[in-house]
Amino acid sequence: MKIASPATDAARPRRGSFTTISGRPVRELYTPQDIGSLDYRRDLGDPGAFPYTRGIHPTGYRGKLWTMRQFAGFGTPEETNARYKQLLKAGGTGLSVAFDLPTLMGRDPDHELSRGEVGKCGVNVASLADMETLFDGIDLADITTSMTINSPASMIFAMYLVVAEKQGARWDRLSGTIQNDILKEFIAQKEYIYPPRPSMRLITDVFAFCGERVPRWNTISISGYHIREAGATAAQELAFTLRDGIEYVQYGVDAGLDVDAFAPRLSFFFNAHSDFFEEIAKYRAARRIWAHVMRDRFKAADPRSWQLRFHTQTAGVSLTAQQPYNNVVRTALQAMAAVLGGTQSLHTNSLDEALALPTEDAATLALRTQQIIAHETGVADVVDPLGGSYFIEKLTSELEEEALGYFDTIDRMGGMVAAIEKGYPQREIAESAYKFQQAVEERDKIIVGVNEFVADEQTPIGTLYIDESAEERQLAGLERLRGTRDNARVHTCLAALKGGAQGTANTMPLLVDAVRAYATVGEMCDALREVWGEYEETPII
Amino acid sequence: MQKIRVIIAKPGLDGHDRGAKVIARALRDAGMEVIYTGLRQTPEQIVAAALQEDADAIGLSILSGAHMHICPRVMELLREKGLPDVLVVVGGIIPDVDIPKLNDIGIKGIFLPGTPMQEIVDFINRNTRSRVGA
Repeated sequence: MKIASPATDAARPRRGSFTTISGRPVRELYTPQDIGSLDYRRDLGDPGAFPYTRGIHPTGYRGKLWTMRQFAGFGTPEETNARYKQLLKAGGTGLSVAFDLPTLMGRDPDHELSRGEVGKCGVNVASLADMETLFDGIDLADITTSMTINSPASMIFAMYLVVAEKQGARWDRLSGTIQNDILKEFIAQKEYIYPPRPSMRLITDVFAFCGERVPRWNTISISGYHIREAGATAAQELAFTLRDGIEYVQYGVDAGLDVDAFAPRLSFFFNAHSDFFEEIAKYRAARRIWAHVMRDRFKAADPRSWQLRFHTQTAGVSLTAQQPYNNVVRTALQAMAAVLGGTQSLHTNSLDEALALPTEDAATLALRTQQIIAHETGVADVVDPLGGSYFIEKLTSELEEEALGYFDTIDRMGGMVAAIEKGYPQREIAESAYKFQQAVEERDKIIVGVNEFVADEQTPIGTLYIDESAEERQLAGLERLRGTRDNARVHTCLAALKGGAQGTANTMPLLVDAVRAYATVGEMCDALREVWGEYEETPII
Repeated sequence: MQKIRVIIAKPGLDGHDRGAKVIARALRDAGMEVIYTGLRQTPEQIVAAALQEDADAIGLSILSGAHMHICPRVMELLREKGLPDVLVVVGGIIPDVDIPKLNDIGIKGIFLPGTPMQEIVDFINRNTRSRVGA
């Protein structure tokens, strides 16, 4: 008779291979040998010192915690304004605007393609009148606002500036972020309007304009979030995001801007996915790579140009419709990874987001999750507490190396715009997405409640339901606006905008004029569509 | 045996196409002929593609909440064009309250997040058999 030794059983691996959620093999143990080639000063540095692997602030979160910035928007500007006031009352420390698809695609609510979409995935903003309502009673001089808007970023930003001006807030005191990252739209999220090259010009126009007029504004949020959500691995998220960053800096420099005049206002936005250590390593690698890119590749001299600042959002794609309360736990762990990785601001997803936009209660619980991490766990009290871990440092170096490999490939293609035109990052991401789905189907990757620990009965939860009334109200408001504004003035401003776009004038001041005349998002975007045309992708599956 | 022909379409303004692309590939790997229309297709364009491609099934990927606007229109156009036996399935984020409404207009295959790919393959196989004549 053979008797199994308990010790032997416990030592037998649970699986044939161990990999991260990105498919990266990990060993059972990491030792000093794994970090033998690392030099502390050269490769890590103290927090606040080049290459910022350990963080950009010498004191981490001791002085200021990360900004708890919950992305929110739905229905009409009135409804969203009420949600913002509730989030601020609950202790949120910044605003983050979610726009609906018509706004994101530069279409007015009365456009044929907007039907059924108004106010569904975010708030509908058609004109300055809506923006005034959205921020009614919220002092823009006093708060920082992030706006997730890309193709029409300049138009929405111009509206924000005019609302601030009407409140008496000075532009040079305003602080916040516009996403304004068109490259990841072509790569992943697909909310593009114009072809890549004129799209890049809109962005460099914002760089130049803000450098002079709104110097504390983050002109872009170079985003890996959507790249990851589309299926990229951690290394692909890191590589494509930072390579997008290089492309923006190159276009800025090519447009005649001094690198140190705009680089300090570039910001980043990463995903916080479920593989805890891989995510922490990703943020650390991102800082180190960017510091080298800016100092060595672009010869930036201002240390602020070398410092990668980033926002993080927990992974929407990891949320499950099954057993939705499990999502609270997933989000808490992902948020913890973002904090241990040194994020500057954070959005935690709500438990109901695989089903609908969040209810007020779910959004509050998501914010409480951050407050618990900040105030109860102690993780915010020590800077880069995992620095020096054999595993974390090794993973950081591996992710860096993989990202630099992607840089070489993309550089050889002639840069990111050229790579996108060839469908390269799109294909790489689609491949990873399919591989992951196969791993889930084969139960090589476990998703609790989906392919393991499945419950027979589902616990129903209340969700937010957005009916058609928001669309009706927005349509009525738009009709009123078109009937009462000075339409001749609108026409003149739009003609000036087209003229500017045909030439080389900075488009921002022209957009500010059009906004003041209450031109709509659709009208301003259409004016530029007439000049630049629209982009159509070749789908890759 | 004749291959099942499936149109995978993303109607509406939304561009989140991960699900549509993964499903398109899974159906192709399962031996179906898949035509992916790309983004931002109107119901008119989708039905025209179904007619032109002699499709046995249409898969709509909708995450944006616009399903109650898009789906009835697609069903209406299919009837108008004389294609009432084309199977229509929907994948995406569909609130519980809307599922019976979609069932009532003839959409029986509604697949929410977390559905195994094989379940979708099986459903399409089962429900297009009479048409394909296998």
